Amino acid sequence: MSRLSITTKSAAQTTVERLYKDLERRIVASPPGLCPVDLASAFLKLCHAQTCGKCVPCRIGLGQLSNLLDQVLDGEATMETIDLIETTARVIADTADCAIGFSAASMVLKGVTGFRDDYEEHVRYGKCLASLEQPVPCVALCPAGVDIPGYIALVAEGRYADAVKLIRKDNPFPTACALVCEHPCEARCRRNMLDTSVNIRGMKLAAVDYAGKVPAPVKAESTGKKVAVIGGGPSGLSAAYYLQLMGHQTTVYETHKHLGGMLYYGIPSYRLPRERLDEDIDNILSTGVEVRLENRVGDGKDQISMNELRENYDAVYISIGAHTDKKVGLTGEDARGVISAVEMLGTLADGGTVDLKGKRVTVIGGGNVAMDVTRSAIRLGASEVTVVYRRRQVDMTALPEEVRSAIAEGAQIRELHAPIRIEEDEEHQVTALVAQPKMIGLVGRDGRPAPADSAEPEVRIPCDIVVVAIGQGIETHYFEDRGIPIKHGVIAAENWSAVENAPGVFAGGDCVTGPATAIRAIAAGKVAAANIDNYLGYNHIISIDKDVRIPAPKIKDYPSCGRIHIKERDAACRIKDFDAVECALTEEEIQQEAGRCLRCDHFGFGILKGGRETKW
Amino acid sequence: MVNIKINGIAVQIKEGTTILNAAAYADMPVPSLCYLKGINEIGACRICVVEIKGVERLVPACNNIVQEGMEIYTNSPRVREARRTNVELILSQHDCHCPTCIRSGNCSLQKVANDLGLYASEYERDIPKKHWPVTFPLIRDSSRCIKCMRCIQICDKVQNLNIWDISKTGSRATVGVAHNLQITQADCALCGQCITHCPTGALRERDDTLRLTSLHGAFSDPGKVTVVQIAPAVRAAWGEELGLTREEATPKRLVAALKALGFDYVFDTDFGADLTIMEEGSEFLERLQHREAYTFPMFTSCCPGWVRFLKSQYPEMIDQLSTAKSPHQMQGAVTKTYFAEKMGISPENIYNISVMPCVAKKHEADIGSINDSGQEKDIDLVLTTRELVRMIRADHLDVKKLSETEFDTPFGIGTGAGVIFGATGGVMEAALRSCYYLVTGKNPYPDAFYMVRGLDGWKEACIDIQGTTVHVAVVSGLGNTRKLIKALQNQEVSYDFVEVMACPGGCAGGGGQPIHDGEELAGVRGDNLYFLDRTSELRFSHENPDIQKIYEEYLEKPLSHKAHKLLHTDHHAWKMPNEK
Repeated sequence: MSRLSITTKSAAQTTVERLYKDLERRIVASPPGLCPVDLASAFLKLCHAQTCGKCVPCRIGLGQLSNLLDQVLDGEATMETIDLIETTARVIADTADCAIGFSAASMVLKGVTGFRDDYEEHVRYGKCLASLEQPVPCVALCPAGVDIPGYIALVAEGRYADAVKLIRKDNPFPTACALVCEHPCEARCRRNMLDTSVNIRGMKLAAVDYAGKVPAPVKAESTGKKVAVIGGGPSGLSAAYYLQLMGHQTTVYETHKHLGGMLYYGIPSYRLPRERLDEDIDNILSTGVEVRLENRVGDGKDQISMNELRENYDAVYISIGAHTDKKVGLTGEDARGVISAVEMLGTLADGGTVDLKGKRVTVIGGGNVAMDVTRSAIRLGASEVTVVYRRRQVDMTALPEEVRSAIAEGAQIRELHAPIRIEEDEEHQVTALVAQPKMIGLVGRDGRPAPADSAEPEVRIPCDIVVVAIGQGIETHYFEDRGIPIKHGVIAAENWSAVENAPGVFAGGDCVTGPATAIRAIAAGKVAAANIDNYLGYNHIISIDKDVRIPAPKIKDYPSCGRIHIKERDAACRIKDFDAVECALTEEEIQQEAGRCLRCDHFGFGILKGGRETKW
Repeated sequence: MVNIKINGIAVQIKEGTTILNAAAYADMPVPSLCYLKGINEIGACRICVVEIKGVERLVPACNNIVQEGMEIYTNSPRVREARRTNVELILSQHDCHCPTCIRSGNCSLQKVANDLGLYASEYERDIPKKHWPVTFPLIRDSSRCIKCMRCIQICDKVQNLNIWDISKTGSRATVGVAHNLQITQADCALCGQCITHCPTGALRERDDTLRLTSLHGAFSDPGKVTVVQIAPAVRAAWGEELGLTREEATPKRLVAALKALGFDYVFDTDFGADLTIMEEGSEFLERLQHREAYTFPMFTSCCPGWVRFLKSQYPEMIDQLSTAKSPHQMQGAVTKTYFAEKMGISPENIYNISVMPCVAKKHEADIGSINDSGQEKDIDLVLTTRELVRMIRADHLDVKKLSETEFDTPFGIGTGAGVIFGATGGVMEAALRSCYYLVTGKNPYPDAFYMVRGLDGWKEACIDIQGTTVHVAVVSGLGNTRKLIKALQNQEVSYDFVEVMACPGGCAGGGGQPIHDGEELAGVRGDNLYFLDRTSELRFSHENPDIQKIYEEYLEKPLSHKAHKLLHTDHHAWKMPNEK
């Protein structure tokens, strides 16, 4: 016997470690709509297996909790059982010696309060409130409900134009979304159970890259009804597109020189080239949408008022987006050289320029817009660009790939620095941003660790330009004055887009949700179109083109296989221009990636219910 | 065509064929359980799995199509093991007390298990508990449900009522009433299509046979006169499970069987059907003459499943239903009045039994406001065709050897018009035959209205009656019915008279008929009914001498005060669970 030995993993331990990884991925791929009590019970069994067995609450308590949950699930419990679950969990949480016990019990406690109605439904009726209404995870998580397995199957067969037609049934912005969608669809992709999610956005990119021009479907007969759309962004144009297809004449009133809203004014062209956005907009306009550019809705001269719109049109859809910049509230904010992200990106979009050549730029913020201005500043020739963010880089709300790309292009990230004032010289020109170093601290109610004060001294970051990218607001005043209800700075609309006490007025997109994603705005436009159609007394159905048949899945194996990423042009090269960063996928890449889709529309629950919604 | 190999044998088969069909075509059939053609191709039971060369996992044959060059093995060692194991797993959660299951001998699970020769299983038995209101006409026994989901699919895809749904997830996932409702609170039409498409005994009608045959049953009461009537469609199906050919299973042999069971009087609901035509036909003509006072189309009212559907789904259209009762209820009412008087039997001593191809009629007979004879119930008991067959089997009657016996009078004569009530389009055709006569005074050619025959779910015709064009439509199946009603509401179609039957193919395919898994027999049974019509001496309801007599002696004329009292009903007088 040696005194010490080097620990090596046994074969069993190695296998178990792999199983942990499998389990992690499996949990990621949990389909929405499962019974929360059943899941709590299953998690509890896992927690119990992790117990060492030393202490009473954990060794016995977790097992008894598990029994009680089973009684609830089997319809054998009473309301008193729920109380007993609560008491037992509280005592375990209070008395377990280590986290294995107390965190397991807290999980149960959270559930008893978080989904108590579900517990009670089980007890009272032996039933569960959860149901698998949309069993295909990607479709369930796409706000617009795009038929993702359907278009991936079409892409796999090289039927790119059919794929575009299928996407347009639910989303008239296939190209814009192929380039900039935040792809919530990928989050719970069942492929995670095998390796990692399918590159769904990549598959959409393949469809639009290779489809060529795809004409819009035939419109329904004209109804003679007129609808005004205020704001020509993704939400307004989506509503206009579907309303046109339904036979209603829409007119879009747009304040800016160009249509596209934040897709045009908020997203730099290296991410969404103008001509690619125009592919979608041209198709939408081909349905006969009337457009009034640089036409602000208001009571001023040469403006059309809300009252006039309501009088002259049968329905009005408000989709004005969120275009005002939020102030950061620091001393020196009025100095020359302090600009807002909205202003900077808007100027660039309208063909103007912002002179940053050789200048030192500091960007305040950690969202996608902060990354957009950072990367634009680099392209405009800034000598150095520093992102100042009060939390950690991993806490940024920007997509990780955006942050990665910005760093690759030369951006510096100063995490855990809270801006406290802007210094200026006697000519009011910015000279520096002063920031207070922070230390990451306790997790807040939102589940994110909050930055706490640190004892370190202030840091002065010398710079010529400060770009504020901390979010956008909504110009609600005019609408508020015209009787449109506003709550917490956004237009108050129902989840079916109608505005209370304003018959015929609907609203959706960023102006209702606050700044959000393009796909949520598009989904709101779709919802509005359906409900405006009904409001106008019709029930037009938007359905898949009859000729677009979704291929049946091939009988084949699904070996674990890496995910194909969309390649980007070299950082050194792409920072010299505003041309597209992403490269098209090759046909062999498309084939392999499309073949990774597990076709949840056919396999599993999808073939029984909800696998395919062919119309809405 | 694609070239494939099944168990090493080369086969050429049409593109797009499923492996299941390809294997059956090549005479190497693969067993299946949850599969129901066109309705439930969800690959849930995994009994039909096959091995395909070059594919790692086993593949269900029911919902995968053959591909060029595919080499399929239907009985490889892996397939045998998988099939056996999956059947054992299903059995571990199935109440296997087969002798006390009404589907024993006609159960697809039993057959699959027996074919495999299972004699033991390693798995612990875990049988779900039963929770169901036993008085409801439709019974679900969760301990026998194999979660094939066919009931959900039939109700969704064919009947479009969505009564069933998957309830719960995970290991507790099962079939339940949708929206967490109790069945008594649901809009169930009681069509019984879920029963006739259930592969096991998980769904059945409420068995009421003991109310006749037990020691306390009607047969045991010496004071009771039992009067049974048999619906048109019953005669086309009753022999199927008794080993009779269609030629042997004649209506008269059925009369003999009923007599042998102990019924005192055996009547034919064809008489009630003829009576219905007199009333409903006259009502239609009356509405036509006062067009402005009514909303059209007028709907037939003889299918209680349809009436339940309309009341729960489109209550605003209830007044468009004919007020005529269904044939067996009409006959029940006149049995306890006219017949009782005529025979000098005290009506309270009459016990009326209807043998119907239908589950909904069990509910119909229990509607309080349907009773007009002055007795507690006009129809005391409704039995389905299946229950009748079980009674015959219980008594070990050798029906083949029974000699044919005539129906009793006065409700023993039915016309060909009455007999086709049992097939989709039959009520319409019978009504048109008599309406034509009532308007013109002349009989049409009896087969003049053949356009409304056949199994199409939605048929329409324009009929000219003395210069008046009558637009009629016939639908069967509630999914088709909903389509028709939506088309009416959207003003895409307009009709004067519409026949609706809740079950696809009409009563011949009724939810109370014998069950043959995987087969739809409404067509064959309907053909049988049209044969009986064709070979009938009387083919017009108004020519039925007993019908003429009952009006002469008792009812005066169609739609008379007395006829209204006994033969018509107020559809508003009772409510469906969610009807306001």
